[in-house]
Amino acid sequence: MTFDWQYMIDVLPHYKTALWLTLKLAFIGIVFAILVGLICSIIQYFKIKALSNIVQVYLEIARNTPLLIQLFFLYYGLPKVGITLSGEVCGIIGLTFLGGSYMAEVFRSGMEAVAKSQVETGKAIGLSNLQLMRYVIIPQAFSYSVPGFSANCIFLLKETSVFSGIAILELTNTTKNLMGIFYKTNEALFMLVVGYLIILLPLTIFLTWLERRVRHAEFGN
Amino acid sequence: MLNSGISILFEGINLQRLLLGLLVTLRVASIAVVISIVVGIIIGVIRTSKNKLVQLPFRIYLELFRIIPILVWLFVIYYIVPANFDINLSSEVVALIVFSLWGTAEMSDIVRGAIISLPKHQVESSKALGLSPVQMYRYVLIPQATKRSIPPMINLITRMIKTTALLTMIGVIEVIKVGQQIIEVNNLEYPSASFWIYGIIFLMYFCICFPLSRFSRKLERKWAT
Repeated sequence: MTFDWQYMIDVLPHYKTALWLTLKLAFIGIVFAILVGLICSIIQYFKIKALSNIVQVYLEIARNTPLLIQLFFLYYGLPKVGITLSGEVCGIIGLTFLGGSYMAEVFRSGMEAVAKSQVETGKAIGLSNLQLMRYVIIPQAFSYSVPGFSANCIFLLKETSVFSGIAILELTNTTKNLMGIFYKTNEALFMLVVGYLIILLPLTIFLTWLERRVRHAEFGN
Repeated sequence: MLNSGISILFEGINLQRLLLGLLVTLRVASIAVVISIVVGIIIGVIRTSKNKLVQLPFRIYLELFRIIPILVWLFVIYYIVPANFDINLSSEVVALIVFSLWGTAEMSDIVRGAIISLPKHQVESSKALGLSPVQMYRYVLIPQATKRSIPPMINLITRMIKTTALLTMIGVIEVIKVGQQIIEVNNLEYPSASFWIYGIIFLMYFCICFPLSRFSRKLERKWAT
C-alpha cells in the first residue's frame, strides 16, 4: 500500500469543509434531538393522556427504522407529494427524528431513576409540578442520563455518515466523490478515517470525563 | 396522482421483487448475527480475564468499531482489500465481514458486561466448591449471564438489521436497491413512485424490527426482578 502524500495535502481543503459541515449538521441535529427528547420524556414521565400515546407511536417508529430509509423518504419521497426540502434540511430533520427518540428513552429512564423519596419530599414541601421538574428531577436525572446521553451523541455523529446517501457533501460523500474523480482510493479513505477520528476521539474522551464528573449529583439511593 | 401511485406495488412482480430484496437483507443480517453471537460469546469470556495484555487488543478492536462509522468500514473493506491484496470480494461478502466483525465486537462487550456484573460471591462460592474454571463458567456464570445479556443482544440484532440499509451504498442488491430500480423503471408512468416505494420499505423495516424490540423489552421487564 503506497500513499501519495502530496495528493493528500492538495485535497485537504475539501476535507476541512466537509469536516465542518459534518460537525455543523451533527451539532444542530443533536441540539434539536435533545429538545425533542426532553419534551417527549416529560410527556411520558407525567403520562399526559392523549399526548403520551402519540409520543409512544413516534418512539416506536423512529427507533425501529433505519435512518437511510427515513432520509430517502424525506428527500426523494416527499417532493412527489409537494413538499420539497433541501438535502441539509432533510438531514437535520432525519437526525432530529431519529435522535429525539433515543434521547427521550435516555432522559425518561434517567427521570425514573430519581429516588421516589426525592419526588415525594418535593411534593410535601409544596412544589408545583414545574418547580419539582426544574429543581428536583431534572438536575438529578441529568446525572443519571449522562452515560446514555454521551453514547447517543457519538451515535448521532456517526450517523451523519449516512447523509452521503442524499447528496450532502459531508465527510463520507466528499470521499466518495474524490475517489470517483482521482481514483486515489487508499489516500481518500485514509483521510476519511482520520477525519472521523479527529472528531470522535476528543469527544469520546471528553464525554468519559463528563460522566465521572457529574456523578456527584446522584442522591438518595 | 397519489391514488394511482400505490398501484405500482401491484404492477407485475414488483412486490415480489421487493420481498426478494428483503430476503437478501435478512440473509446478510442473520448470517452475521449467528457468527457474532458464537464468536462474541467466546471473546466476551476471554475479555473477563484480568490480564491487561489480553484486555488491551480486544478493547482497541471494540473501540475501533465504536468510533468509526459502519458505512466507513464498509467502504474501507470494499475498496482497499481488493485493490491492495489482490482478492476479489463481492459486495455481499464485504458486508458479511464488516457486520460480523462489528457484531462480534459489540456482542463480546455485552457478554463481558453481563459476566462481570454478576455478584462476586458467585465466583467465590464456586471456587470454594472446588469447581474448575470450565465448570464454573459452564454451570454458574454463563447460565446467569445469559439472562442478563439476552435483552441487549436482541437490541443489537435490531440495530444490525437496521444498519443493513447501508448495504445499498456498496452495491448489494438488497431491498432498497431493488426499490430504486423499480422507481427508475417506472419514473414516467408513476411519478410518485418514490413516495410509495420508500414508504413501503420503511414499513417493511418497521415490521421486522418492532416485534424484536418489543420482545426484548418484555424479557427485560420479566427478568428484572
